[in-house]
Amino acid sequence: MTLFLQFLFAGLTTGSVYALVGIGFNIIYNSTSIINLAQGEFVVLGGLMMWFFLESLQLPFSVSLCLTLLTAAIIGLAQERLTIKPLLKKGDLLLMIMVTIAFSILIRGILMFKFGKDPYTYSPFTEGEPIEIFGAIITQQTLWVIGITVFCIVLLYLFFNKTMTGRAMKACSLDVKAARLMGINVSKVVMLSFLISAVIGAIGGIAITPISLMEYDKGAMLSVKGFCAAILGGLGKSRGAVVGGFTLGMLESLTAGYIHSGFKDAIALLIMLFILFVKPAGIFGKTEILRLRKF
Amino acid sequence: MLKIKNLDVYYGKLYTLKKVSLHLNKGEIVALIGSNGAGKTTLLNTISGLIKPASGIISLEGKDLTKLTPEKIVREGIAQVPEGRHVFKTLSVEENILLGAYSRYSLKTKREIKENIEKIYELFPKLKERKKQLAGTLSGGEQQMLAIGRALMSKPKLLLLDEPSMGLAPNIIKEVFSYIVDLKRVFALTVLLVEQNAKNALKISDRGYVLETGRVILEGSAEDLLMNRDVQRAYLGRDLDAEVRI
Repeated sequence: MTLFLQFLFAGLTTGSVYALVGIGFNIIYNSTSIINLAQGEFVVLGGLMMWFFLESLQLPFSVSLCLTLLTAAIIGLAQERLTIKPLLKKGDLLLMIMVTIAFSILIRGILMFKFGKDPYTYSPFTEGEPIEIFGAIITQQTLWVIGITVFCIVLLYLFFNKTMTGRAMKACSLDVKAARLMGINVSKVVMLSFLISAVIGAIGGIAITPISLMEYDKGAMLSVKGFCAAILGGLGKSRGAVVGGFTLGMLESLTAGYIHSGFKDAIALLIMLFILFVKPAGIFGKTEILRLRKF
Repeated sequence: MLKIKNLDVYYGKLYTLKKVSLHLNKGEIVALIGSNGAGKTTLLNTISGLIKPASGIISLEGKDLTKLTPEKIVREGIAQVPEGRHVFKTLSVEENILLGAYSRYSLKTKREIKENIEKIYELFPKLKERKKQLAGTLSGGEQQMLAIGRALMSKPKLLLLDEPSMGLAPNIIKEVFSYIVDLKRVFALTVLLVEQNAKNALKISDRGYVLETGRVILEGSAEDLLMNRDVQRAYLGRDLDAEVRI
């Protein structure tokens, strides 16, 4: 029982990051139908830039946090303005998705050039004794990760349901023509969706780095896992990514614990295959909607 | 109020509108009739800025619109109710109406917009009853009312209605048309009404234009068009040959 709980907590931690990456996928998918495969790179970017500001430049925590999020936002914006916007008019989705892969390789290359191949870490947000629940140990950083994820989810929920800008973004994802007739600037919405996704990814990276370390090439795997989480819950459904992310994280950690840690990464791909065979629309998605979309 | 002069619109190398000229006076309802593929929807989308014309002038109260983006054109006071209604199906009725006010939404106008929503609910009580429901679950007629209500939220001077009767039951069609007349009065609107249902459209209109393969082939007062034999034959379903034989 204790062991089971311990695995569960570990799963919740990694699951949080998958959920954040999955949400990032969904936000961009909803406004453009693009799968931004550079999504995982922003997690890495968050972790490494945070290390750079915090440890290398010795800046205070809050300043480092702001600068890291700012960097991620700028790079997210640059990605949209430089690589997506020029292609959006042509409307070739496959081309745009390939460009996001190119962009992820570019980011990875730059990060390797700057940081090398070593893993980086910094001290947890708060120092303190781990908490014990039924014999299982939770570090304070784990609580931070889960707390921040929940906070992000709540914030995004409020943004999309209570503010006009959020509603406009939803409207764009549902019906571009009607959205334009309402006076919504679609190009700005696309830009904003890339910006939000980049920042969310970076937040995940900042929170997880003290636990799982961060190195330049983690992004590709995170993209795959986050994508898997999004597919599992139903692409485009925000709660789907949350449920999918936590489910995936826990299954991974249970597999690693009870079977073999070598199977850890395989489980995500197995789940993805299983879902695509059995219920391609995911847990919350509707098959009819899937048929009506190109991707 | 709205002036269109020598408008050419191409789709690839094919023209969809050729030298189209028309005008709307303030407070008028003008019907634009024509069969499928005549270019009626293209004309509305060009006015709204979704399609850019190759040449020609569109001006609203003297201001040129051809260079403006759709977002700006909404702010100039032109709202379109698109063909097929295009409500945001998975958003609630209230959110749909609220989104209509997107172009003038700010902290200052928040209260005014609330009052506006109440006004829309007064006009369409059914929408108030269903304000928490998803727009996609409404009936066709209710969705049409919602689409019209949503368009009115931007406080337009000119309302473009694209096939409001499409896919509706005959008794609902009558209801929708009577609403259009009411709305024009209450909101002091000018209306450009695109319809295949020529008879009903001309009945509530002041003037009309007939569009055929991208050209205006006929224009005149609504009564004249209703009496015109060509219009009767082509769009009102009157079989003149059969009448002669009898």
